[in-house]
Amino acid sequence: MAPVGPRSGEAIFASVERVNAELFTLTYGAIVRQLLTDLEEVEEVNKQLDQMGYNIGIRLIDEFLAKSNVSRCVDFKETAEVIAKVGFKMFLGVTASVTNWDAEGTCCNIVLEDNPLVDFVELPDTCQGLYYCNILSGVIRGALEMVSMKTEVTWVRDMLRGDDVFELQVKLLKQVPEEYPYKDDE
Amino acid sequence: MAAIYSLYIINKSGGLIYYKDYGSAGRMDTNDSLRVASLWHSMHAISQQLSPVSGCSGIELLQADTFDLHCFQSLTGTKFFVVCEPGTQHMESLLKFIYELYTDYVLKNPFYEMEMPIRCELFDINLSQAVQKDRVALLGR
Repeated sequence: MAPVGPRSGEAIFASVERVNAELFTLTYGAIVRQLLTDLEEVEEVNKQLDQMGYNIGIRLIDEFLAKSNVSRCVDFKETAEVIAKVGFKMFLGVTASVTNWDAEGTCCNIVLEDNPLVDFVELPDTCQGLYYCNILSGVIRGALEMVSMKTEVTWVRDMLRGDDVFELQVKLLKQVPEEYPYKDDE
Repeated sequence: MAAIYSLYIINKSGGLIYYKDYGSAGRMDTNDSLRVASLWHSMHAISQQLSPVSGCSGIELLQADTFDLHCFQSLTGTKFFVVCEPGTQHMESLLKFIYELYTDYVLKNPFYEMEMPIRCELFDINLSQAVQKDRVALLGR
């Protein structure tokens, strides 16, 4: 049987079962509201959302790899492109773009013009430090960690805070390939 | 038609998280299956180092007189390997399909702990259906 090539985000998004977008937005909103009630501190909620995202990301990565058939990325630039074009399309139905590469090719920004998590959402004055979509930064960090990349993902621009797009900075800290431990002293 | 003897799934540290045997040939008790799993994990890792070709991702097929062993490793380090009768067709597609079943019924189960032994009934049910002989042939179309 001929090897199957990688599938486009569009194709996979069309082929999976989908759920009502309003239900998705409402569910996420309920989670954030409940976390605010339980934890009270905006910083704590940010951390918790990131942790939840991390737990999702470590499982999501295999789903992504199985459905999209991508082969190992050659460098971090390819990784970022795949996340933006295939990953975001496949799971959120939105296409993101990659911008702002640094000289070494280890840090870039991913720009989302559209974000289904924040439909109908406005941040009140009491929650000004809140990164409402912080779950997304955790998802990316968790997913990349399972494919041997330690990254730091932070928000650069946030539409709920007055900017015109959502922008995430993804910074590759180090590659940690699985090493088989050899005992040198024997 | 050629038969599958057993299926193993090992996590990225080499621990056996799933073992199922489908025939009387090569049936093993728990200890032996754990040994085979860690042995294969080590062999796979060593083969990557020994390979004369750079960028080798490890053994995909082992052919012996009485069995074939097909192995698939995901980019996350989880290995799926099947021991089958020599000459069995479509094992690569079967392994990819089992990977998809794993991502669905195991990883999406919120009560499944990562890297731990798989105890998911839905996974077992769907796996048995996939491994039935006529289904395996369909995978090869």
